[in-house]
Amino acid sequence: MKFTLSWLKAPLDTDAAVDAIAERLTSIGLEVESVEDAGARLKDFAVAQVISAEKHPNADKLRLCMVDAGDGAPLQIVCGAPNARAGIKVVLARPGTVIPVTGEALKIGTIRGVESRGMMCSARELLLGEDHDGIIELPTDAKIGDKAAIALGLTDPVIDVSLTPNRGDCTAVYGIARDLAASGLGRLREGDLSPVPGKFPSPIKPAVETEAAPMFAGRLIRGVKNGPSPKWLQDWLKAVGLRPISALVDVTNFLSLDRGRPLHVYDAAKVKGDLRARLAKDGETVLALDGKTYTLDPTMVVIADDNGPQGIGGVMGGEDSSCTDATTDVFVEAALFDPISIARTGRKLGIISDARYRFERGVDPEFVLPGIELATKMILEFCGGEPSELVVAGAPPAWKRSIDFDPGHVSRLGGIEVPKSEQIAILKRLGFTVEDAGASLKVSPPSWRSDVNLSADLVEEIVRMHGLNKVPSVAMERLHAVAKPVLTPAQRRTRFVRRTLAGRGFNETINFSFIPRAHAALFGGGDDVRQVENPISADLDALRPSVLPSLLAAAARNAARGFDNLMLFEIGAQFESGMPGAQALIAAGIRTGNGARSWSKATHPADVFDVKADMLAALEAAMGSAMTAPAKAGAPGWYHPGRSGTLALGPKVIATFGELHPKVLAAFDLKGPVAAFEINLDAIPESKAKGKARATFAPSPFQAVERDFAFVVDGKVTAEEVLRATKGADRALIEAATVFDVYEGKGVPEGKKSLAVSVRIQPRDKTLTEPEIEALAQKIVAAVTKTTGAALRA
Amino acid sequence: MSDIATLERDILGAVASASDEAALEALRVAALGKKGSISELLKTLGAMSAEERKVNGPLFNGLRDKVTNAIAARKAELGDVALNARLASETVDVTLPARPEATGTIHPVSQVLDEIAAIFADLGFAIAEGPDVEYDDYNFTKLNIPPDHPAREMHDTFYIARQEDGSRHILRTHTSPVQVRTMLKQKPPIRVIVPGRTYRVDNDATHTPMFHQLEALVIDEKTHLGNLKWVVEEFCKAFFEIENVTLRARPSFFPFTEPSVEWDMRCDRSVPGKIAFGTGNDWLELGGSGMVHPNVLDMCGIDSTKYQGFAFGFGLDRMAMLKYGAPDLRPFFESDVRWLRHYGFASLDLPTLDGGLSR
Repeated sequence: MKFTLSWLKAPLDTDAAVDAIAERLTSIGLEVESVEDAGARLKDFAVAQVISAEKHPNADKLRLCMVDAGDGAPLQIVCGAPNARAGIKVVLARPGTVIPVTGEALKIGTIRGVESRGMMCSARELLLGEDHDGIIELPTDAKIGDKAAIALGLTDPVIDVSLTPNRGDCTAVYGIARDLAASGLGRLREGDLSPVPGKFPSPIKPAVETEAAPMFAGRLIRGVKNGPSPKWLQDWLKAVGLRPISALVDVTNFLSLDRGRPLHVYDAAKVKGDLRARLAKDGETVLALDGKTYTLDPTMVVIADDNGPQGIGGVMGGEDSSCTDATTDVFVEAALFDPISIARTGRKLGIISDARYRFERGVDPEFVLPGIELATKMILEFCGGEPSELVVAGAPPAWKRSIDFDPGHVSRLGGIEVPKSEQIAILKRLGFTVEDAGASLKVSPPSWRSDVNLSADLVEEIVRMHGLNKVPSVAMERLHAVAKPVLTPAQRRTRFVRRTLAGRGFNETINFSFIPRAHAALFGGGDDVRQVENPISADLDALRPSVLPSLLAAAARNAARGFDNLMLFEIGAQFESGMPGAQALIAAGIRTGNGARSWSKATHPADVFDVKADMLAALEAAMGSAMTAPAKAGAPGWYHPGRSGTLALGPKVIATFGELHPKVLAAFDLKGPVAAFEINLDAIPESKAKGKARATFAPSPFQAVERDFAFVVDGKVTAEEVLRATKGADRALIEAATVFDVYEGKGVPEGKKSLAVSVRIQPRDKTLTEPEIEALAQKIVAAVTKTTGAALRA
Repeated sequence: MSDIATLERDILGAVASASDEAALEALRVAALGKKGSISELLKTLGAMSAEERKVNGPLFNGLRDKVTNAIAARKAELGDVALNARLASETVDVTLPARPEATGTIHPVSQVLDEIAAIFADLGFAIAEGPDVEYDDYNFTKLNIPPDHPAREMHDTFYIARQEDGSRHILRTHTSPVQVRTMLKQKPPIRVIVPGRTYRVDNDATHTPMFHQLEALVIDEKTHLGNLKWVVEEFCKAFFEIENVTLRARPSFFPFTEPSVEWDMRCDRSVPGKIAFGTGNDWLELGGSGMVHPNVLDMCGIDSTKYQGFAFGFGLDRMAMLKYGAPDLRPFFESDVRWLRHYGFASLDLPTLDGGLSR
């Protein structure tokens, strides 16, 4: 909402400076976005006249000008502008003046051997526009020595208020003045709202045929002479970014901005029959004032005559019956529309207009007729003519209401004591009627405040006007002497996993939850139910079915910058559908490349066992103890079918890991190896640990024994099977067993492999004798042989 | 006598000049072995008279001890020489680079969230979370934003395609639907913060279609605007790790709060590209807040005649940008490792109130 200072001061009697007004506006909730005070900004620039402009003795394209600034001897100025010539009036900057475009002070300069004691400015140098083809030429009647801002017509600061959607009443300069006056800044001038007597009955009758337009009124003014509106009105409209069109149209635009009262003027000669506010017929079209033809449907209100729609009610007028300079009889119309209907229509048609802006926020239902009276007076003043009687269809919808208000609510909710008398005074200044009913007040909001309905709304009005910054800060009650932990087990798990992965060398990333549909399709997604209907761009159109595509895309971007050895992870959602809650929290990580090269360390391509270790470390961090369930071969299709695994607890998949499928890598343009893991943090079971104390520490006093075995097994037998058989041989004595070598090749038959297993035997009751150890070894060999068909390697 | 002295001189001289352990061993055998020269001398003591033995005994034994010690000393010497030679041969260039290890980092948004969680935990706030895809009802209607309300235009909403059951949902435009979820399932008193990803159709130099919000919600029987101010103040002091905070309150409008307040914090932007908190003549917009609207309480099953409270929210990414001097939002979600390493945090930098939120 933009307006100029002088415009505001028409309804507001105040001497306050623009800064004080801006500060007050913000403090009462009408946030000032900007104050463009070109007059203050350009106060050091003056009007001057070029007396002579000769060619520069040492430069073809420069001119040596003598400039009269109205205070003594002319100044010598070197100027490069093509339009610098004798006689023109210019904007002069003297040495020391800060030039807006550079932010630097002008110095006395010597240009090609000639001294230059000032500068004649272009629009761009003053940040008044992009024009840099030449210097500004001021009107010939500009007074030499005056401030340039006066000659430029820029003395009226423009204030831009960012309105919140609840304040329909402040879509009007008058409404803003009313709020300022209520806050104690200035006195409100109501203006002359008296009715203009009609001289004859209006030949055009309005009618309302839908509840979405409860009231529709107007009057004909005949014998007008349309033309340009007065300069003051044009200046105001231009200052706030509107193009003056003609007196008749400018009056409606002015009253829309000044009073928040949209109006429309029809060229009565072009109206056939009466004007009716009705619902549009399906497929009806209207050529609107923006030059576009809109196709309407029966949810929209039109103003129609016998020829059809003449405007989209409350949104935009029509071209067919619009006023021109040839208009002699004008029908001035004002109406009320249902805000929701307006919002819907505007959104459907994609029209943003000053009328829609006001109607969807709610206009003052009692200001239809005063609005027409104000318009009538202005039209008669600017264009002459003779007014008809007012014609009115419908009536304002009921708006009067009373709120029971306990003045104590202000301190209970607002945290500040405001005396009851002041509360009443504030409300009255805002136009509320207040009836003191003893313990409580009966408060009725004025017609223009449809946003105030509850006691809490009144608290806001009172605190806002009393001064929000006066509310004292009051400590909240402390719930516990020592604060209690608040994280849920799941939140703690997530934190442990995040910091464990970072501790292992992974860089945490956060990527968008939407990805290209083609990428989603590679990871089991890309279906219709996970599509974003209005994506920001075509390649961010699918909810991701996995976190990996985000990480792979990130890896590809980094690889393009020469970073190949990456460890990236993200903890974020993957989506199973587009239903709320159909998502899981995933910790996913990737390793790419062949490892950092080193003079002392062998490198290897990122592989399944790297990420298996990452996954197990993350799971151990999440669960507080090592994962005991074994991984099984096989993972979803985006992994390498032979180099990937799944970790499940019962039917619940906890994690998948492995090297990625080459086809997936190719789709991401990734050259090197990539291994990845995905952990479903939501699937991790809660710790079953009871209490904080650890189990009793009971190390065995007896010597542990390590024994190694080499089993030759069929190539398909897994390490897990061999180890399980090994451990199963004697669960009491065997503390640990692991594979420390895998060998295939010479010495081992084709199709077989040798697994070297190291077993740690830990007696608990006594030191084992050699024969006892030997017996256990035999048991182990027997167990492994039986379950896996292994032979002890010779 | 002179024979003994000569023998001693010869042997000790030979020991001193022995060049390796083998030579030393040969000398030991020659002197102290069964048939060694000193052993032979010692054997003669038995045939001597008591007088002679009294004189020669100490003499011969002394010679034996001297030679024994000399051999041991020389042996140690030779050992040191050999060890030193070996060590010298093992010398490496210690200026060679250490074996490479990857250094991981925590994303600034995660770090800042942990900082904020530590502050609010001390104030008794738990952390509530909710889904990214939301019901229109929770994101808007129950927050007092009915369909066609102009406030919906403040949120440029992403819509998800129609589901198999015919329903159609949105990506949440703010974290406030989690307020609704919290109130629907928990009875007052409520103190929670809600961090999370939020989405709006917005993509330019300073906006990304996904970003993070954090909001706080308090519902009880007496929490008022003054308490809200206190929490915002204390939060700012703790988060920005400064002694003094000056806040400015501006009346505002959010459909889900009444009264609604926006907060600015005093700051100093007089040095271009820098921002100092707690001093200066500039104002930094913190975020929006207000007393929870009675309609919201009622729609969420909480009796608005009995309960009241506040909500306030701000951009989590923005907080990270402000505190840690990251000028642009977009790189937060671009996963450039150079940026991640530059703005990231060490895994062990877990913010605590006792150790300080940041280094």
